[in-house]
Amino acid sequence: MVSENKKYCIIQNCKSIETDLIPVLNYADFSKEIIELLTLNENHCVTYFAFPQDDGLKFIAAIANDSTQNIFILSHFLPKNVEQELASLTPQINALHIFEREIHENFGVGFPGHPWLKPVRFAHNRADTNLKINDYPFYSIESNELHEVGVGPVHAGIIEPGHFRFICNGENVLHLEIQLGWQHRGVEQTLLDKQTLLQRNIVAESVAGDTTVGHSLAFAGIMESLAGIETATQLDIERSIALELERIAVHTADISALCTDVAYNLGASIFGILRTAIINQTQAWCGNRLGKGMIRTGGTHYPLTNQLKSQILQTLDKYEKQFVELAHLTYRLPSVENRFDDIGTVTEQQMRKIGAVGMVARMANIPRDVRKSHPSKAFVKHPYTPIVLPKGDVFSRFLLRRKEIKQSIFWIREVLKNEEFVHPSPKPVSDIALKPGRLAVSLVEGWRGEICHTAVTGKNGELVYYKIKDPSFHNWKALELSLRNLEISDFPINNKSYNLSYCGFDL
Amino acid sequence: MLQEIKIIKHNGKQFITDPTKAEVPAPFRGRTEISSLKVDENALVSCCPLNAISANPVRINLAKCNFCGECAFRFPEKITFTNDHKISTNKLENLIISEGEKKNIELDQTLIDPKIKTVFGKSLKLRQVSAGGDNSCEFELNACGNANFDMGRYGIEFVASPRYADGVVVTGPISENMAEALKTTWEAIPSPKLFILCGVDAISGGIFADSAALERSILKDVKIDLYIPGNPPHPLTIINGLLKLTR
Repeated sequence: MVSENKKYCIIQNCKSIETDLIPVLNYADFSKEIIELLTLNENHCVTYFAFPQDDGLKFIAAIANDSTQNIFILSHFLPKNVEQELASLTPQINALHIFEREIHENFGVGFPGHPWLKPVRFAHNRADTNLKINDYPFYSIESNELHEVGVGPVHAGIIEPGHFRFICNGENVLHLEIQLGWQHRGVEQTLLDKQTLLQRNIVAESVAGDTTVGHSLAFAGIMESLAGIETATQLDIERSIALELERIAVHTADISALCTDVAYNLGASIFGILRTAIINQTQAWCGNRLGKGMIRTGGTHYPLTNQLKSQILQTLDKYEKQFVELAHLTYRLPSVENRFDDIGTVTEQQMRKIGAVGMVARMANIPRDVRKSHPSKAFVKHPYTPIVLPKGDVFSRFLLRRKEIKQSIFWIREVLKNEEFVHPSPKPVSDIALKPGRLAVSLVEGWRGEICHTAVTGKNGELVYYKIKDPSFHNWKALELSLRNLEISDFPINNKSYNLSYCGFDL
Repeated sequence: MLQEIKIIKHNGKQFITDPTKAEVPAPFRGRTEISSLKVDENALVSCCPLNAISANPVRINLAKCNFCGECAFRFPEKITFTNDHKISTNKLENLIISEGEKKNIELDQTLIDPKIKTVFGKSLKLRQVSAGGDNSCEFELNACGNANFDMGRYGIEFVASPRYADGVVVTGPISENMAEALKTTWEAIPSPKLFILCGVDAISGGIFADSAALERSILKDVKIDLYIPGNPPHPLTIINGLLKLTR
């Protein structure tokens, strides 16, 4: 549907639109509309990217409205034969900084006025391959009293690589800059290059292995909408239960990891054990502890049966009993509370500015949750109430996980109590024909937050562009902001309290 | 204090008594078996998203397989994934499963320098480098050290610096951007040392094998001591592989 002022299109989550219907605005109108939309608190940018089309670059911005389920699609075209420069929108809308950086890195488009136009991930197909990952232009301050601390890319544990550069005054961090890109495997290009549906599905599963269900669900949603496959609500319910199990598992592991960092060994061990119970349940369902193989397009190899249903309920009952007992003790321990309380605080205003999504938004008083704002069938039938906390410190992020676990268990129970799984969901489809000349957006609330996949098809139904946005794409900035004026020794608990994705960002 | 003891008691004994004997229940997908049944081999070969299957005779290469199970769904009487998780080996040929073959995947002990057993048999400290990994293999490597699997009981642990490590465990298809850091890490480890590839992405590149963003040339210059297949490998696959290599 085209908006009343004929400036943009309006679609819903997992619905597609003919690309010819999207008005192509000149850059002045495009900027004006984006700024007008994003000035409202209820709107935020879910993705903004460019891709080569005909003799130039097509720009697509998708802005989601949190109260009406609408997603606004705006577009602009930049021909090759004109100057490759566009006035940056970042000074007005800070949240666009990372998207403009990405477009700049990939296609060499200049954004005059951008305060921080640095490389994003040193993608293999970037515009300027002369610039290497070791040449990243770090911010620095000339002073005899300050020193810099560089950490990474390889870290002191089993963690993905990233480089952290601290500027410190004594123990105090004045500034942290995070340089990513080390994990870049060419995910988006590989997804386009692969020809079969299953191969592409497997690429989507590998965007971030800890969010296998989240990303593969976003992929399935987009393929089904582009192929015009109507899936049953039951299938979406099964998938959403897997999504919530993934959330419970990783949240539990994160609580365990935070306990490790403040040397609370009982919490570290037993929350870890509890995580095992949940991922083993996922394995009992689909054969893989991380849910690889679970989500396929159009159907599933692993339908939820009534037998599995009672098994999941039993696992959750047992888990919850132990979790509540231990959480009741852990969350009131002065030695734990003292380390987390009032540490790494970010404000609601800061988080709105960077366009934070998911947990990082909700721990800072922003009620942003795709399950509520852009629900899939399962969350329409069984509504989910997001948890929002006001304070924005490490303790809020620690507490939010506990509360979200409780809420997810409650949701799964309600669903399972009210649903019967007598007729198994259909098998996956092996091949699909995508409708030509369309664009679709798929949003999923993974455990980290809003995952957004966007796909564009060409004249013959071939996939011409596939854009993946992991919630970490917005949220890494929050970690940088958290560290300001903090002791450098508080970095580990802050880092764990966010647990952002390296591979999901680097792609 | 009393509350803590109560919690420990309520959670009961959680550690796996003997990881070398523990089993993983179905539908876990471990070592494959291929029956002698005649099927449309072209269809079988082309159904594999990772080109891990070859025809005449039918073979599956677990170095390329990501255990999605597609071939078994399409040809259930031809291909089965058993729940045998002991699939680590030090020889790539051992990962090729042929039609009608039903033998365990072993390590070729003749390839192992005797020094490895004497030096690392009781204590093995490893450095992990994720080079384009998707955080699933990393997730399972972390799990090896938790209270359930407790790999630490064998003296096997992950350490924070290559300088006091005995080897490197690589995950991911080895991105170009990480190639140099991986090389530096490897060179910083004192000899004798082990080079271990964990997960299908590390072993063969997995679904990213054809990506232009990889730089896998380091693999030509080192001797690989252990391949741990899986996507990701189960912690028991990792632990049993390391045990067979070092004791």
